[in-house]
Amino acid sequence: MQDFTQEFTIALGLIFTGDPELWAIVLLSLKVSVWAVFIAALIGMPLGAGLAVGRFPGRRALIVLINALMGLPPVVVGLLVYLMLSRSGPFGVLQLLYTPTAMIIAQVVLVTPIIAALTRQVVETLAVEYDEQLRSLGVSRLSSVPVLLWDGRMALMTALLAGFGRAIAEVGAVIIVGGNINHVTRVMTTTIALETSKGNLALALALGAVLIALAVSVTGAVSVLSLRGERQGLGHA
Amino acid sequence: MRDFSVMTDHPILSVRGLSIARDGKALLGVDHLDLDGPGPTIILGPNGAGKSLLLRCLHGLITPDRGTVTQGGQTLTDQVRAGQAMVFQRPVLLRRSVAGNLDFVLRRRGLSRAARKTECEGLLAQGGLEDKARQSARSLSGGEAQRLAILRALACKPSVLFLDEPTSALDPQATQEIEQMVLRASDQGLRVVMVTHDIGQARRLARDVVMMHGGRVVEQGLAAQMFAAPENGMIRRFLSGGLMV
Ligand SMILES: Nc1ncnc2c1ncn2[C@@H]1O[C@H](COP(=O)(O)OP(=O)(O)OP(=O)(O)O)[C@@H](O)[C@H]1O
Ligand SMILES: [Mg+2]
Repeated sequence: MQDFTQEFTIALGLIFTGDPELWAIVLLSLKVSVWAVFIAALIGMPLGAGLAVGRFPGRRALIVLINALMGLPPVVVGLLVYLMLSRSGPFGVLQLLYTPTAMIIAQVVLVTPIIAALTRQVVETLAVEYDEQLRSLGVSRLSSVPVLLWDGRMALMTALLAGFGRAIAEVGAVIIVGGNINHVTRVMTTTIALETSKGNLALALALGAVLIALAVSVTGAVSVLSLRGERQGLGHA
Repeated sequence: MRDFSVMTDHPILSVRGLSIARDGKALLGVDHLDLDGPGPTIILGPNGAGKSLLLRCLHGLITPDRGTVTQGGQTLTDQVRAGQAMVFQRPVLLRRSVAGNLDFVLRRRGLSRAARKTECEGLLAQGGLEDKARQSARSLSGGEAQRLAILRALACKPSVLFLDEPTSALDPQATQEIEQMVLRASDQGLRVVMVTHDIGQARRLARDVVMMHGGRVVEQGLAAQMFAAPENGMIRRFLSGGLMV
C-alpha cells in the first residue's frame, strides 16, 4: 500500500511539473489520433453521405459491410496493416512500419467505418425528413448532400468525437504497427501497457490519469452535443 | 412577370386524366380541372379527400400513375417548377437560424450578399419576425414557424404558391396573421392555391373553390356562387357544418 501512495505522488508530480517525457508521449498520442480522425472523416463522411442519398446497386450490401467493420478487432487490424507495411508486404518499400504514420494508418482503418456508419445514419434520417421540402426548393439529390451534412453538424460532431475516443484509447493495433519505440512511436496506451509490465507504475498512472481525463472530456462533449441536438430537434418537426 | 393576361389561352394550372392508385385502391382521380383567374383558389374537403396528394401533383413532387399537369400550357419541367413554391402541412425548417432559412433560398437565387441582406430584412418585417432573425428556426412557436415557412416560400419569388393547411394547428390570432400574409401576397399578384378543411377560412379567403371528396373533385366554382347555392347535397351538409362521411 505504502508503495502505491508513493507511486501516486510521483505520478502527480510528473503531471504537474510538466515532465517532458510524459508530455511528449501525450502529444504524440494526440497527434496520431487527431490525424487519424481527420483522414477518417475525409473518407468516412462523403462515403456515409453517399450511402445515405445515393441509389446504386450494392448499396445495401455496402451498408451492412460498413456496419460490420465497425466491430473490427483492433489486434486483427494491426496484424493486417503490419502485413501490408512489412518489408515483404505490398507497401514495404515505403518503410512505414514502426513509424507514427503506420499508427495513423491503423487508426484510420479502425475509425473510418465508425464515422461512415454514423454519418450514413444521420444523413439518411435527415434526408427522409427534408426530402419533399428540398425537392420543392429545387435542390437536386446531389446538391442536397452539403445541406444535409451541414444541418446534421451536431450529430456529425458526435460521430467524430466517438471516432476520436476509439482512436485515442486503442492499444492492440498501434502496438503491432508502431512497435512502442521510445521517443518515436510510444503513445499513451502502449506506454501504460509496457511500463506496467516493467513495474514502473508512476509513469503508467500519470498517463492513465491523462487518458481518463481525455476520455471523460470527449464523452462529456458528446453528451452535451447530443443534448443540444435533441433540444434543437424539439418542437414542430 | 406575374401578368397572367398574356397567357389567356392556357389556364394557369391544368389537370387532365390524373389518377393515382396504391395497392389497387384509387387514391386520386381528377379527370379535368382548370385553375384560372387571379385566385386565391381554396381546395376544400374532409380528411383523406386527396387534397395534399393533388397539391403534390400540381407541384410536381409526385408523378401520377396517369395523367398530366401543366402550368400555363407547359409541363412541369424543373424550370416551370422553379416558379412554384409550397408550404407543407408540416413545414420542415432547416436546422439554422430564422435568417439562415431565408438566406438558404436567397443564395440559391444567386443574389449578392448585399441584396440577400436587404431582401431578408424585408421578408422578416413582412412576417413580423424581425427580432427573431438570429434565433434557431427550430425553437420558433408553431405560428412563427408557419410564418417563416411562408416567408421562405415567398423568398423563392414564385408565381404560384401552394399552401397545405397552413393554419390547421394554429390559434385564431396566429391564423389571422397567416391569412393576412396570404391575402397580401395574393393582392400583389401571386397566384395562391391553398388547401383547408376550415369552411370559415374558405369563406374569408377564396375567390374560387375546389371541393374534393374521396379523391375526386366534386364541385368547382366561384366562391360567391358556391357558398350561396351549393349544387351538391354532400357539400350543402359540409357547408352547414355537418359531418361529411
Ligand atoms: N404514399 C401513399 N401510399 C398509400 N396511401 C397514400 C399515400 N399517400 C396518401 N395516401 C392516402 O391517400 C388518401 C389521400 O391523402 P391526402 O394526404 O391527400 O389527404 P388530405 O385530403 O390531404 O387529408 P388531410 O385533410 O387529413 O390532410 C389518404 O387516404 C391517404 O392515406
Ligand atoms: Mg393533407
